Amino acid sequence: MDQTPRASSPQQGLPPTRRNFSAIAIHGIWAVIVAALGLPAAGYLLIPAKFRRKNDFVEAGDISQLSPQAPLELAFRRNRVDGWRVVSEKSTAWVVKFPDNSVVAYAPQCTHLGCAYHWDQRRTHFVCPCHNSVFSLDGKVQEGPAPRPLDRYQTKIEGNKLLLGPVQQTPSQTV
Amino acid sequence: MKRQLKAINDWVDHRTGLPTAIQTFLYEDIPASAGWHQVFGSVAMFLFLIQAFTGALLAFNYAPTPGDAYNSLRYILTEVTAGRLMRGLHHWGASMMIVVVVLHMVQVFLYGAYKKPRETTWMVGVLLLLLTLAYGLTGYLLPWDNRAYWGTVVTTRIAAQAPLLGSYLTRLLGGEDSIGVVTFARFFGMHVLLLPPATALLIGIHVYLVRKHGVAPAPGDEVLPTRKFYPQQVLKDTVAIFIAFAILFLMAVAVRVPLEQLADPTDTSYIPRPEWYFLFLFQTLKLFSGPLEVVGSTVLPGLAVLLLILVPFIDRSAMIKVTRRTFAAAVVLLAAIGWGGLTAAAVLTTPPEARQAAIDYSEPTEWMQLSPEEMAGVGYFRAENCASCHSLTEGTTGIGPDLTRTASHRTAAWMIQHFKSPAGVRPGSSMPPIQLSDSQLNTLAAFLLKLNPDNATTLSNTPDFAIQGALVYQARGCSDCHVVNGAGTEVGPSLNGLAKRRTRSWVEEHFDDPPKLSPGSVMPAYKFPQKDLDSLVTYLFSLPE
Repeated sequence: MDQTPRASSPQQGLPPTRRNFSAIAIHGIWAVIVAALGLPAAGYLLIPAKFRRKNDFVEAGDISQLSPQAPLELAFRRNRVDGWRVVSEKSTAWVVKFPDNSVVAYAPQCTHLGCAYHWDQRRTHFVCPCHNSVFSLDGKVQEGPAPRPLDRYQTKIEGNKLLLGPVQQTPSQTV
Repeated sequence: MKRQLKAINDWVDHRTGLPTAIQTFLYEDIPASAGWHQVFGSVAMFLFLIQAFTGALLAFNYAPTPGDAYNSLRYILTEVTAGRLMRGLHHWGASMMIVVVVLHMVQVFLYGAYKKPRETTWMVGVLLLLLTLAYGLTGYLLPWDNRAYWGTVVTTRIAAQAPLLGSYLTRLLGGEDSIGVVTFARFFGMHVLLLPPATALLIGIHVYLVRKHGVAPAPGDEVLPTRKFYPQQVLKDTVAIFIAFAILFLMAVAVRVPLEQLADPTDTSYIPRPEWYFLFLFQTLKLFSGPLEVVGSTVLPGLAVLLLILVPFIDRSAMIKVTRRTFAAAVVLLAAIGWGGLTAAAVLTTPPEARQAAIDYSEPTEWMQLSPEEMAGVGYFRAENCASCHSLTEGTTGIGPDLTRTASHRTAAWMIQHFKSPAGVRPGSSMPPIQLSDSQLNTLAAFLLKLNPDNATTLSNTPDFAIQGALVYQARGCSDCHVVNGAGTEVGPSLNGLAKRRTRSWVEEHFDDPPKLSPGSVMPAYKFPQKDLDSLVTYLFSLPE
């Protein structure tokens, strides 16, 4: 449609100003239609849905069984909002108790490409089997391609019970 | 710059021939009489593209199984940005497409444009009309609400009545025993996998045939010089498309497409009605009964389609001026009167409760979880115009504080004190005292304590009938003996899910004389003014299970 009329079609018999007006009107109207459909469509696809249901804190386990400096993988069930559903699914967290009695719970995925990492007891660090990212006990990247420290769950402690909330990203490390 | 563009254009033209093809398409000769009456085909094609576009977008957030369809559509309507607009465009676009396709057909029929050599163009057009109706039929089931479910029950039963083919058709539609997962998968498959490519193919053939034979000339065109499709006719088509689009967009924004409750095969009170463009068939069916029913359901519609396809072979006379085609005009007029009469009769015989669903499930329905006391509180909140100073929507500020954030930090006792004497509790407050009884103030406080930024808008869209019902419920102290949404005392039965257990008339009669209908009941008789009775029963019937 974007063709400028060829010189070889003079039999139109319309004065050039009217031809121009028609061409502008046609393109203008189509631009309005495309915008009126395209902008909402972009919003529909790109703006995140309103989460009217929030992920609540769930009980993950007993922290009295934790010994300092020895991470433990806790498995628990949590409800996750998944589009139009709320699914109850098994989740895990690596929980570390520090000497000052503070407790940190890491999300179980490597911050590089989301593989499940594990704790290497002998070398006392976390290792991701996919691309050999290595994280220290406090979650910092020590080696490998991981772009930022391990993500952490929001935590609350009630007595000996550890409650976990949504996962929060730790901003990228500045070393 | 201009030279580079031309170089690119020449390259593309040499390798693909596309620019030349577009030129040829745009500079097609059209008869001198071409004009506004020939825009409908382009508009119909545009609407098909709109349907394809919005349909694809809806499919991105839609799960086509009976277990998930309804919830995913509710998710689109209540949580996805512009989801309501997309569904509105798709829903009203379907109706509009029927209208425009029929207008296109009427124009071609009135002008006799189906005559030799354009018979096949007409016949392909009739097939396209049937496809358009097939979209309507298959798409109707996809929301999986009560309307969709019961409408499709009727459709598959009608298909089953078809002579000879009935049982095969039912099997094909997957509706042999009942409407279920198989039916749903078949309808969805047809709607999104089979019909769109079939439509695209037939549109392709249709347009090819129009181009092959040229736009039908009117008598007298032979002596006049032809014109070009571009720019004048293209502009007319574009303007017509824009008008159609503007109407469609306005309807999608302004006219709410309801979503009824989740499909319930056990709901015996539901009165199914087809989409408006099928109402005339629905009414035709009523004219025949017993063994003749098949005549109304399949034989007559089948004959009508056959007749429509054969139009070019029935009328083989020479082309004459449209103004002299009085017989064709009479046929169109007769068909319009017949269609209009049947549709009007169908609308008039529809019971009022089938026309308007009480609850619109396309809105958030958190309000359904409120106790009657909290719901009555919403009523007082509205009656006292609290919202004129206290905004409930995020981001806007009123004269008074945002109650969604502050109310939950207070106690009921503090609030009631504050309602009675605002300035006494908070010196300097310009809020006027609220003139309500203590129990009413209690009720208002109960609602405010429940308020938070997440539920404020959903609570403020509580429908009026529910509030009126809850006010009667509160005033008569029903909660002294009944439980609703977990609130009240369980002397009598819980009233949640009442609609499943009883009919409206049973409940209304029960108020008159409880022991008569439930022997041994200790419930006293209640006399309500008619308006209160209506509100109360409608409210009770809307309670979730």
